[in-house]
Amino acid sequence: MAVSTRNAAAADARGRRRAGPGRLRRSFGAHWYAWAMVAPVLAVMLVLIGWPLARGVYLSLTDATEANIGRTIGVNVIPSTYEFVGLDNYLRILTSELFWDKLLWTVIWTVACVALHYGVGLALAVMLNRKLRFRSVYRVLLILPWAVPAFVAAFVWRYLYNSDYGVINGMLKLAGLGPVGWLDDPVTAKAAVIAVNVWIGVPFMMVALLGGLQSIPAELYEAAEVDGAGPWQRFRAITLPGLRQVSSTVILLGTIWTFNMFPIIFLVTRGGPGSETEILVTYAFREAFTGIRDYSGSAAWGVIILLMLVVLAVGYRRTLRSQGDPW
Amino acid sequence: MTTYGSGGRPRGERGALASIGLHAGLLLAVAISLFPVVWLVLTSLKPRDGWLSSELRLFDDSSLDNYARVLTATEFPRWLLNSVLTAGLTMVAGVLLAATTGYAVSRFRFPGHRGVMWLLLVTQMFPVAILIVPLYNLMAGLGLLNQIPGLVIAYMTIAVPFCAWMMKSYFDTVPIEIDQAGLVDGLTPFGVFRRVVLPLARPGIAVTAFYCFMTAWGEVGYATVFMSQEDKRTLGVGLQQFVGQHWSDWGLMTASAVLIAIPAGAVFLLVQRHLVTGLTAGATKA
Repeated sequence: MAVSTRNAAAADARGRRRAGPGRLRRSFGAHWYAWAMVAPVLAVMLVLIGWPLARGVYLSLTDATEANIGRTIGVNVIPSTYEFVGLDNYLRILTSELFWDKLLWTVIWTVACVALHYGVGLALAVMLNRKLRFRSVYRVLLILPWAVPAFVAAFVWRYLYNSDYGVINGMLKLAGLGPVGWLDDPVTAKAAVIAVNVWIGVPFMMVALLGGLQSIPAELYEAAEVDGAGPWQRFRAITLPGLRQVSSTVILLGTIWTFNMFPIIFLVTRGGPGSETEILVTYAFREAFTGIRDYSGSAAWGVIILLMLVVLAVGYRRTLRSQGDPW
Repeated sequence: MTTYGSGGRPRGERGALASIGLHAGLLLAVAISLFPVVWLVLTSLKPRDGWLSSELRLFDDSSLDNYARVLTATEFPRWLLNSVLTAGLTMVAGVLLAATTGYAVSRFRFPGHRGVMWLLLVTQMFPVAILIVPLYNLMAGLGLLNQIPGLVIAYMTIAVPFCAWMMKSYFDTVPIEIDQAGLVDGLTPFGVFRRVVLPLARPGIAVTAFYCFMTAWGEVGYATVFMSQEDKRTLGVGLQQFVGQHWSDWGLMTASAVLIAIPAGAVFLLVQRHLVTGLTAGATKA
């Protein structure tokens, strides 16, 4: 066994990058240890994600609610009585105005947050990348919000926004202005949750982009300056292209994270006022776990959200690849 | 570090005005990033009902009253213990399971390699909503609701793909020549992994473990529905009680928030440099 492993390893070391499935048996001989190493994670994902996912998709095709799902009360086992209803849930959701309302707000939320994360993060990264006194002090202080767990941040901001005791209204009063019910009005509540999420998310973008900036060779800037390029031209022609790899990654990750950002909205506004600040994810959650729990409806929302994100990620990657990025 | 500046003509040189602008901009950003945290700490130090005012008085009659109440008169210590246990177990299981996978996708180009990478990315996209209902039913069936192992299982769906992804990026930074030297010396691929690469990747493992811990530590959605029993709650769920619909006590809230944020923040600042490298390096080299 040891000998064959060694041979396989040697063969692999020689032909590492060569994609050669060849015969199944040879492939197994050459790759079995790679597969063995991947196996634990695959097993976990299959059992913990694959199975619930399959069941979730199935539930979304039924009319399961709290009332008709199988359960055990004491010693009594009540069997499930929900039925397969095909695409009814999807049709109901996709034809409801509510869905399109929530989708619109979720898209606005995601685009606004990611744009601000990226814009502010890039601006700060560029500033921090210059020769500057106290640079590392600034850097550490600016990273601080990242260290605050999201749910703690959500509670802190809820306190800041409080209409009676919140410091934001306190400052408005000092400035001689009336108090604002930040979380009671749809427009200000939306602005408020975006502000919280931007506050939390900028440090990550800033540090990632700073890393990207520092990997751009200084000679490029020198050459450009010798050629008479101004600061803006250098930014356009060197900085932005130099950051492309990092940017495309953090934007995709940021989009996915923001689209699914649960705790901020759930804890800052609880989706309110009404359900004005509810994004798709928090809505689906509420649907499943408040009132009469609508398991099938919630599952259908989940499937729709997931499909949208997969389409987004595939499209995004394809676009990047067609532009020559290896990503 | 210095990107600007090389002999002859000083580069990146700015006028005094530009310097002032730069510092002003950064100071403003620092003020915004620090203010909520500072205000949180100040409020927590106010006496019992001190939060009932937004006046900007500092350290007038500060007291540790809120902290004393949180630690003695509430379930906070219990929630803290639950959170530590849950996040700790998630972290250990996540890292143990994910380490080999991270290594395999970093080093070997095996059939199915692309598929595994994609799977890891797609699972990052899973919204809470799609898995939570089936997982909830599954837990209910297995009697795992209100049990810490149940919550850990739910968190594995988040942590395992994530850990594998981060571990991959760290293994990518370990030169492949080291593996080859190990193979030449007669080690099996598993031996190389365990005896040579794993020890070298120790900082990476530490950072992955920390990130994994923080992910479980800050999760609210799963915890809210899986841990409904008072003494089983984690911090994210328990704290919601302090500021409910009809009654809030921001004194308790701010004191517990400080207790939660300070240790996490301290460790975080120590490892933050590596966090980003871990996340972005893996993604850009995929």
